[in-house]
Amino acid sequence: MRSSSVKLDSVSKRFNRRTIFEKVSASVNAPGSLAITGRNGSGKSTLVKILAGVLSATEGKVSLTVDGHEIPRELLYQQVGFVSPYLMLYDEFSAAENIRLLESMRSGKRAADTEIDSLLDMVGLAHRRNDRIGTFSSGMKQRAKYAVALIHRPAMLILDEPTSNLDAEGIAIVRGVAERQSTSGILIVATNDSEEAGWCSQQIPLGIG
Amino acid sequence: MSVRAQIGAVVVKDVRSEVRNRYAINALVMFVVTAVATILFALRSEQPGPATLAGMYWVVIFFSAMSGLARIFVSEEERGTALTLQLTTSPGILFAGKLAVNTGLTLLLTLSVSALYIVTFPGFVIRSPDIFALTVLLGSIGFSASATILAAIIAKANSRGTLYPVLSFPILIPLLMTVMNATEKALEGAAFIEAVGDMQVLVGYCLIMIAGSFLLFDYVWND
Amino acid sequence: MNYIRMSAIVIITYVLISGIAIPIVPQPQGWFEFPVIPGLEEKARNIFFHVPTAWTTVVAFLVSMWYGLRYLRTRNMDDDLKSEASAGLGFMFCVLATITGALWAKFNWGSFWNWDPRETSIFILLLIYGAYFALRSAIEVEETRARLSAVYATLAGLTVPFFIFVLPRIVSGLHPGAKGDPEGAGPVVEFKMSPSMLVVFILGLIGFNLLYVWLLNVRVRTARLEYRRSTPQG
Repeated sequence: MRSSSVKLDSVSKRFNRRTIFEKVSASVNAPGSLAITGRNGSGKSTLVKILAGVLSATEGKVSLTVDGHEIPRELLYQQVGFVSPYLMLYDEFSAAENIRLLESMRSGKRAADTEIDSLLDMVGLAHRRNDRIGTFSSGMKQRAKYAVALIHRPAMLILDEPTSNLDAEGIAIVRGVAERQSTSGILIVATNDSEEAGWCSQQIPLGIG
Repeated sequence: MSVRAQIGAVVVKDVRSEVRNRYAINALVMFVVTAVATILFALRSEQPGPATLAGMYWVVIFFSAMSGLARIFVSEEERGTALTLQLTTSPGILFAGKLAVNTGLTLLLTLSVSALYIVTFPGFVIRSPDIFALTVLLGSIGFSASATILAAIIAKANSRGTLYPVLSFPILIPLLMTVMNATEKALEGAAFIEAVGDMQVLVGYCLIMIAGSFLLFDYVWND
Repeated sequence: MNYIRMSAIVIITYVLISGIAIPIVPQPQGWFEFPVIPGLEEKARNIFFHVPTAWTTVVAFLVSMWYGLRYLRTRNMDDDLKSEASAGLGFMFCVLATITGALWAKFNWGSFWNWDPRETSIFILLLIYGAYFALRSAIEVEETRARLSAVYATLAGLTVPFFIFVLPRIVSGLHPGAKGDPEGAGPVVEFKMSPSMLVVFILGLIGFNLLYVWLLNVRVRTARLEYRRSTPQG
């Protein structure tokens, strides 16, 4: 288990003259977890995108530290896994190909078939390994995203609306993923579902007023 | 080295995707065939001279490229995979990969149009192959250097088709003027020494635009 | 800023009057007569207006690029306001330079437009300004608009050295100073102008630059007021 921690320091985001949120601060040390809660439109997705390094904060600073080194923004992708309903995979490639191609882009190394297979097995997609993702249902696509997000064993796993599109079996799988991540690394969950928020030891609510 | 492998992976992904979808290639082939057919129609039995042929050559390349190259980023935005890429690789590596893909595509385009022109226009005789080869190579690289980052800009501006030629044309004019000049010399059979000035401009353009695009790409790609 | 405005008005008025009114005679006596430049005669007056506007449009573009790059670093909307204000002025001066250039071309070489490298360059600059504003009007989110137009202005700026310095050397043209001009680099670069003309010319250069500075100041202040007054979207 690597020692890692993430810190949000007075982070604000403004967009087209409107303030989404202001001066949000928090810190999580591995093993640990944080739930970001708030109603629709309160900026949860915006905040987790800032955490992942995909969006920049208007004010304040986010820093992820792994083994004592702070990770620069352009290298965050190596340490972050991200799942959300608005994340898309490549429809023309199979589940296994998506994992393999994306992992090659991330690390330059070819992911071992055994690793890919065990991940697909964990999310219950082993039997559809070579089918194009374009043929998947939305629930299956959501499960595939988990496999993609975990292949590189990220120090920080971010889940935005973790169980959307999932059936009971899918939800159980995600619960397991969340538990394993929060006991070995950092887990961030953005949700307005109280059960999902309950997976985490800390909570920060977003919302004006 | 890992960075090279990562860039290679970006290229492989795009090439595999293109093989399965054939969106860009289809657009390019259709455009080239239609453009050349229209030109043939317009000229009827007139045989254009080297200057005109050189100009026509690059005009077809320019507009074909405009119809095909924007896809390299617009397709990612349209399909929602731009976020996926942002989470999978760094902007520098992504740019290098997309640049390589665009250069390859442009080279393929120039070679096909050359073959087509040799067959359809008797005046299109490449008398100085050394000048022509270098012009086509440097021209493709330079074209791609500008076109790639501009494609990323219009993809982020949500404004697909019409804006792309408007933004690209002024930036590509120095390149277009020079390659047309050099191609004319290649068709006339000039000695290489006469085209050295043009080659210097082309190399300069490629270097400046690649360096500039590379430094600026991060600001386009990441919000 | 008042000093700048007053000096700009005074200088440009002087330049306008002397540029047009001072007679051109074969044997100039003193400050109020210009010598005849062979081949140009009355047409030489264009130099007082064409060169400064062309110069100013390039300056305006470089300033716009500078503030665009500053925005990328500071993410301060004020820098973007300045970048856009300068680009608007640059566009205006570019139109003036193109028109005065076309008039010169008509009287000297017979037709309004010839695709000589310098003419092409000013046309390209016009296209760049047009593309810049087309891009800006296509983006609604102001942070994205500022970011992308700054990048575009910089990219366009990278190509400017090509058509200012490189192309005229490679493609022979009509402009004084292009390859193939038997007179050499032309009256401006080689200072063939007589002292009396030089005075008016340099004053014109200074005057137009001051005009640009003053107008930029006014535009930026107006833009800031509009920014503060406009209601937030969303």
